[in-house]
Amino acid sequence: MRKVLLGEIKEKRTPKVFLNLQNVRYVDSSGIATLVEGLKASRDQGSRMILFGLSRSVREVMELSRLQKIFEIYDTEEQAVSS
Amino acid sequence: METDGRVRSPKPKKIHSKRGTPPRADLLLRLHLESNPEALCLVRATVERATEVVHFPEDDSRAVVRSVDEALANVIRHAYKDRRGLPIEVTCRRLWDGRDTERPRGLEIVLVDSGMAVDPKKLKGRPLDEVRPGGLGIHFMKQSMDVVEFSRKKGKNFLRMVKYLAPSKPEEKQEGA
Repeated sequence: MRKVLLGEIKEKRTPKVFLNLQNVRYVDSSGIATLVEGLKASRDQGSRMILFGLSRSVREVMELSRLQKIFEIYDTEEQAVSS
Repeated sequence: METDGRVRSPKPKKIHSKRGTPPRADLLLRLHLESNPEALCLVRATVERATEVVHFPEDDSRAVVRSVDEALANVIRHAYKDRRGLPIEVTCRRLWDGRDTERPRGLEIVLVDSGMAVDPKKLKGRPLDEVRPGGLGIHFMKQSMDVVEFSRKKGKNFLRMVKYLAPSKPEEKQEGA
């Protein structure tokens, strides 16, 4: 995931990168570290990284990391796309 | 993965009992693992079952599973420097309050490895106001568990974590009475 994410942001310079996390049941601190790396890369590029479809478990980890307000997070794909 | 750890019940092994008092801890499972990342998902599933035996609510169950997963990942990554096939032992014990024989008090999990000594400075975690990758595992464990203790004895690292069950509400006690 890290390689794909950073490839979209750094190499392809995609202006908006959407991450659909609907099927992600578990994320650990390494997964959060990858998302933070992606976020920093997107800020450096002047692009946006947008997350949606977070499970309760993933939301909990975001809250534990105090990152829920740092990332752009939406409940649904529709909300994310129209943001 | 070798295990003698099928979830055992209901006959607890007495560890700290005095005559006439209930046991204070009983072994639920003991896992003998090797330092392979593939083991993480198996341990998560097994520990989740153990939390169900202790009747943790779902959010506390996820907290325990998350802590064990982070602890194991740290052992593999830091104590064993990502070398595979090295031994890790995970033990789960159900804790009892001496006054209550019906409801466990919580769950104790102990991880033992023979890796490098843990640097105490790295056990503090890092400030969360810094938005940067890494350093979150210890923070997750400390936030999620009631007790997180490290020690080193005879060339081995011991990590002991405890999660207590929240006190039951009065109506729950009445239903169980």
